[in-house]
Amino acid sequence: MLNMPDNNLIVETVELVKRYPMGRQELVALKGVSLRFCRGEFSGVIGPSGSGKTTLLNIIGTLDVPSSGSVRVLGETVERLSPAAAARLRSRHIGFVFQTFNLLPVYTAYENVEFPLLLLGMGAQERRRRVMAALEWVGLADRANSRPAQLSGGECQRVAIARAMVKEPALVLADEPTANLDAENSHHILETMQKLNQELGTTFIFSTHDDKVIGYLRRRIRLVDGRVAADETG
Amino acid sequence: MLTLLGLAWRNLRSAALRTGLNSFALSLGFVMIIFGQGLLEGVNRQAERMAVDYDVGGGQFWQENYDPYDYSTLIRAHAPVPAGFQPLIERGEAVPILVVPGTVRSAVGLMPVVLKGIVPGQQVVKIPSAGLDSGNGLLPVVVGLRMAQMLGVSAGDTVQIQLQGPEAQTVEVKGRVAAVMRTPVTTVDEGQLWLPLDRLAELAGLAGQATLLTVRPGYPRNKLPAAPGWIFQSPAVLLSDLRQMIGTKTVGQSVFFVVLFLLALLAIFDTQVFSIFRRRREIGTLVALGMTRGQVVVLFTLEGALYGVLAALLGAVYGLPLFVYLNRHGISFPGGSSWGFALEERMYPVYSSGLVIGTTLLVLIAAAFVAWLPARRIARLKPTDALRGRWG
Repeated sequence: MLNMPDNNLIVETVELVKRYPMGRQELVALKGVSLRFCRGEFSGVIGPSGSGKTTLLNIIGTLDVPSSGSVRVLGETVERLSPAAAARLRSRHIGFVFQTFNLLPVYTAYENVEFPLLLLGMGAQERRRRVMAALEWVGLADRANSRPAQLSGGECQRVAIARAMVKEPALVLADEPTANLDAENSHHILETMQKLNQELGTTFIFSTHDDKVIGYLRRRIRLVDGRVAADETG
Repeated sequence: MLTLLGLAWRNLRSAALRTGLNSFALSLGFVMIIFGQGLLEGVNRQAERMAVDYDVGGGQFWQENYDPYDYSTLIRAHAPVPAGFQPLIERGEAVPILVVPGTVRSAVGLMPVVLKGIVPGQQVVKIPSAGLDSGNGLLPVVVGLRMAQMLGVSAGDTVQIQLQGPEAQTVEVKGRVAAVMRTPVTTVDEGQLWLPLDRLAELAGLAGQATLLTVRPGYPRNKLPAAPGWIFQSPAVLLSDLRQMIGTKTVGQSVFFVVLFLLALLAIFDTQVFSIFRRRREIGTLVALGMTRGQVVVLFTLEGALYGVLAALLGAVYGLPLFVYLNRHGISFPGGSSWGFALEERMYPVYSSGLVIGTTLLVLIAAAFVAWLPARRIARLKPTDALRGRWG
């Protein structure tokens, strides 16, 4: 586990437990996970399917709450946040990249990237500047007016990355971002994310079992059966 | 809210065919409600106007024994016309009517009737009493078209009339049909013979007496005299039965329009249910991007409300010209007499601004409501389930 000064701390989980009721039984997805993530990290939670990677990311992303234990994200205690406060935290400070891209199908690439800024109530001029900058980061400025159905899988994921980055969040959570991409597109996506991490200092936390992704990570947290089995840097 | 509205609009635009069909179905219900309600309002107004013109006038004074629903009261429902009524009668502001029971015999047979005496040439009500000045020596009689058909007579034919005379004896007199009036008002037609007031009073031994006094429509009520033994019946009271009958009819007619409207709303409801189910992953994404579930509920509700707006706009495109045309040219209404109250053969629907605005609001609110009903489920949907495309 890294020991970074507190002012650099982005995420801290303490004895995190998540149980899901399964009829009369319950599935324990996380069994006392304690982790700290600092500003500018490019880290990943790795492990086989069912090891609790996505559950951990969902709780860090305030989309879910722990059954016990505590999570602090950017100084906010997740389990105490109201739905509106959690939505504000996500809206301002957390970007998501999903395995299935999850672009809004009726929007163009430009509009998809613009959407988080609309939720922030940003002015039109600043929105336009930021959206075009984000699309240029991912090399899709010339596809701004294309709809998701007109884009390839790799292009869709790059739009999703631009959407996650456009508000310049402190934290980006990427859940299996390369699972639906071929090798070339996967490397392209990962290089883009790495570049954004280095240039903007954004903290990236991946959930993956893809070796291509693991090769890019500077920190790898191995989850096995809901527990941290290893936490390696370098 | 503007962001949500914009997103809702884009979602509808992206499914243009479905949006168009739903909006058109709802607009049909919308236009049909306005059309139907306008037609019923037209029927209502026309029936009341006819009743006022031919029968009710600006109200009636009834001799205290008079009960139009009790035939047996007619024999004693008369009294000398009070002196206080004379100025009104002389100025043509009111007309006395004597009502006595009688029978009439024609080629068809014998029939009990109500004999009504009215001043020939009066202008207070639209009974064509000018014909009562003629008769060629026989007692002139005016009947309505329905009565003429019941008796099997036409203008110029003779009938035998019997009534109770001054000494309670039966008086029999021969009458000639001076005129057959085409009136849509059955209350001055069926079962009635109109005779000259003086002649009827003379035959019945009731000279100078009347049963009721009908006042000219529009005559100010505060200027009406009072007379002991005579009770004023306002137009509202006299029209209450008619209004009740119209109300019963309109409820029946409205059911059709309501069913049509509900079907259109059901289409929106179905679309919403399908849309929410199909777009679970999108719902999860919206929440991940920073929307609350409440905002997502509002988004889906706005989509439904926009169906209402589109339906109102679409309805205005083809409904307004239709309504303007119908208002100016009317609708042929040959079956109007079967409704049981006075209707002309051409009906002019009345489309008030209140009706149009009220119906538009109804459509908007109803569309938003049926869109909100299934959208409520989103509030219970876990974002993590939604992102996986699951329904919890």
